[in-house]
Amino acid sequence: MESIIERISQNKFWPFHGGIHPPEQKTLTSSKPIKQLSLPKQLILPLQQHIGRQGDLLVKVGDKVLKGQALTQSFNPMAVPVHAPTSGIISAIKKSVIAHPSGLSELCLFIDVDGNDTWQERKICQDFTQLSRQQIIIKIADAGIAGMGGAGFPTHIKVNTKPDINFLIINAAECEPYITADDLLICEQSEAIVDGIRILEQLLNPAFILIGIEDNKPQAIKALQHATKTIEKINVCVLPTKYPSGGEKQLIKILTGKEVKSGTLPIHSGIVVQNIATCFAISDAVINDIPLIRRVVTLTGQALQKPQNVWALLGTPVSHLLAQTGFVTENEANETNPPVIMGGPLMGFSILNEQVPIVKTSNCILAPSRIEMPSAFDNNANEVECIRCGQCAEVCPSQLLPQELQWSAKAKDHQQLAKLNLFDCIDCGACAYVCPSQIPLVQYYRIAKAQIRQQQQLDIKAEKAKARFEARKLRLEKEKIAREEKHKKAAAARKATMDKKPADSGSANSAVAAALARVRAKKRANVQRVAGDEEQTKVNESLVSNNEIQDEKTKTTSIEMDDKKAKIAAAVAKAKVKKEQTELLQATSSEKIKTAPAVTDDKKARIVAAIAKAKATAKAKREQQEQKEQLRVASNEEQAQAQEKQPKPSNEESK
Amino acid sequence: MAFWIASSPHNHNQTATSALMRLVIYATLPGVFAQWYFFGWGNIIHISLAVMTALTCEFIVLSLRNKKNIRKQLFDGSAILTAVLLGICIPAIAPWWISVIGVTFAIIVVKQLYGGLGHNPFNPAMAAYVMLLISFPLQMTSWQPPLALMTAPVDFANTLSIIFTGFTSEGYSVEQLRTTVDGFTMATPLDTLKTNVGLGFTVFETLENNIFGEHFAFGWEWINFAFLIGGLALIAKKVIAWQTPLSFLFSLFVCSFIAYSISPDSSASTLFHWLSGGCMLGAFFILTDPVTGATSVKGRLIVGALAGLLVYVIRTFGGYPDGVAFAVLLCNMAAPLIDQYSRPRTYGHTLKEHDNEQKGLK
Repeated sequence: MESIIERISQNKFWPFHGGIHPPEQKTLTSSKPIKQLSLPKQLILPLQQHIGRQGDLLVKVGDKVLKGQALTQSFNPMAVPVHAPTSGIISAIKKSVIAHPSGLSELCLFIDVDGNDTWQERKICQDFTQLSRQQIIIKIADAGIAGMGGAGFPTHIKVNTKPDINFLIINAAECEPYITADDLLICEQSEAIVDGIRILEQLLNPAFILIGIEDNKPQAIKALQHATKTIEKINVCVLPTKYPSGGEKQLIKILTGKEVKSGTLPIHSGIVVQNIATCFAISDAVINDIPLIRRVVTLTGQALQKPQNVWALLGTPVSHLLAQTGFVTENEANETNPPVIMGGPLMGFSILNEQVPIVKTSNCILAPSRIEMPSAFDNNANEVECIRCGQCAEVCPSQLLPQELQWSAKAKDHQQLAKLNLFDCIDCGACAYVCPSQIPLVQYYRIAKAQIRQQQQLDIKAEKAKARFEARKLRLEKEKIAREEKHKKAAAARKATMDKKPADSGSANSAVAAALARVRAKKRANVQRVAGDEEQTKVNESLVSNNEIQDEKTKTTSIEMDDKKAKIAAAVAKAKVKKEQTELLQATSSEKIKTAPAVTDDKKARIVAAIAKAKATAKAKREQQEQKEQLRVASNEEQAQAQEKQPKPSNEESK
Repeated sequence: MAFWIASSPHNHNQTATSALMRLVIYATLPGVFAQWYFFGWGNIIHISLAVMTALTCEFIVLSLRNKKNIRKQLFDGSAILTAVLLGICIPAIAPWWISVIGVTFAIIVVKQLYGGLGHNPFNPAMAAYVMLLISFPLQMTSWQPPLALMTAPVDFANTLSIIFTGFTSEGYSVEQLRTTVDGFTMATPLDTLKTNVGLGFTVFETLENNIFGEHFAFGWEWINFAFLIGGLALIAKKVIAWQTPLSFLFSLFVCSFIAYSISPDSSASTLFHWLSGGCMLGAFFILTDPVTGATSVKGRLIVGALAGLLVYVIRTFGGYPDGVAFAVLLCNMAAPLIDQYSRPRTYGHTLKEHDNEQKGLK
């Protein structure tokens, strides 16, 4: 580690593979100070402006919010809150186009600006060295700070790591052409930035702090050197300009000579990288209690009359910014719309319309003219076949083989793509920049990456479904075995009951049996009487059998109570009597009169049976409740079995 | 207002494949000029014939393949470059149908039937050259001696006449043109050397022949030198990679140096190998063809070295006087395999992981 510092102090750095030198075009904006803009009429704040999850809403439509007021909150560590960038009224919470290459709509808060710019109450921290680690981290998390370099990783997670890391690297390289937001911020706010770095130092206690800055920003370098000259630990490292030296992995390689192992984070090698604009936001949040509500945005490109850096409130629609800088469209007939790019010319994305708002990661709005950047207009019309010239491989900072990746991506050979380490591609666009065949290589990789991710998710889903299916199969198997076991038991018990029955049928039962026999005799007589009417008899019989099935069920539930079986048998008998009576009643109207005497004759028997039944039902119900669950599952088999066994008891009873 | 949507990167360095091809064609000009100076109009006539045939063939096949924007593909320079390279290789006074058949084969079979630009596994010009060499050995080896050594003067009209009719306007045949005053047929220096060494002459004795001129190979040395200059210009312009020519020339140098050190009597000098036959043309214009070569730095070095070795072996032990075309084809075959095993280590991967990836153990 000492040798690394020794090397750095001699201004020697490690080279990274590849890289390109596109026209820098930074002079368009680098000489003008950062401009304060008038308040826009409306702000559109996407709830999610970072990697991770969106927070939960704290406000509703119609609420009045003050500048700096938190609008979302969440206890999920990967969620970062958003704050009201100025005072106003929440006019809507609805989906709107967000600043994302997909051009998709996501949930956004619309704030009607009241123009007063009234702050909520702030607590200014005089001496941050008095704050504990946890306090600082909470402050950073509450201020909604996410990495402002591009990816937007929640900062409080990045800094909430075990302290005593080797290197804290501050990324001020700003290697993309055109962008000068960090450059100007350093020039104007170097003291605040250094405060932010010192806060990070307090949190992480790094052995060394390295500020990586490209040599095309002499003013900023001077400002940083001046601001850090009293701090021994901080090294301002002036790097040769080469794109993409500001890529996290590339910057680590340049400054320390180490490579971040594929698939791991820099922290695993004891390195934390923070963007310099994030440092400013941290100092603002911790010292001045200003949450992340504004950022420096470079408005540049030859389609703008007055390109300049501005302080833009988060949520400012691009239209407001373009209006301030004199956006001119070449109004030629039948001309396609000009592209407006959020971010730089190499990694930025073209936005869908002028309603897209500035978010935490938007460092630049680039409106190129056709002469300046013809390839931004041509819609890859000049793409021709790859001739394997290998220029892409020469400039690839990840040392991949872009042309081989391209073949495999076109062939959708995902296995080969994995072998060629597609996921080590950082989307820097150097390969596509130099490709003489003008193949939109990065686009092919993005599609391939998305397809592979999708496939992986499908695979996971399929794996889960398989596990679920197997678990279900196992469960059904188990249930089936349990059921069979239970049926065996039930059958055995029933058999036992049947065997015992004749012996038991004594005093109380005999009356019931007698009554039952009587009713049956009558019924048979009736049936014989209506023998002519065959159809109806059949109906009756089917009804009988149906009801008997149900009865059987009740029976099975009570079958195990051997001691009370007499009562139950009585109850069953009673139920049967009743049922048979109703059946008889239901029979043809001509039969009705003839059935009536039978009912009255049976009165005595019914009373005895009813008493028995009342007692039995209470017991049976309890039992039934317990077994209901199993019964329901087994109902199919139960019924089938019941149907099989049904004739037997009825025969016995009729005896 | 909706904006124009495009995928990043939005900027491009505005290079184009056709521009690269044009630059390569321009870079052959010094060599072509030297050929004209020493061998007359023959090659220029063949180049013109070849270019016209190539464009016709390309147009026909592109039309048959229902390609859109045929004009753009036709003039992307690749077909013209193939034709130019083949035209340079064909003996100056070979009959006209040699170049026509050769280019037709190069464009239709070797290039378009394999899928067109970027998809051909073999270098079209060299595949066609080898096809011609095997099919028409007489015509393909009948290189005339340099003009200065010829008995009958050959001007533009005569060259044209001999290419299309087989005889000059004065009635000289190709054979007669190649004959010295003494009645010996003159071959190329490489051919002569090979024959004489085979006959038991020493190299030193052979070099007495005036076909070798004052230095190494009369005329040919300057032609090679001119191609070297063109090639260096291409490297300076970053149109071609420096690895292939460097390793090729180095490998050829090493091979010939070892042989020359061991047996100077039967081996030609290293510089003779460098400056005779199609050495420089092969090194800078043929082997550097990106489509059929290796793509990684390591791969290019390996391909170059392999080609150098093959050229030396074929020149010394093979049945043909020059071996550039054969060496190139063999390297074309080997290139995909070489590519497979010469992938660079990706950032963030250890060397061990890299080895396993190459062996397919990942």
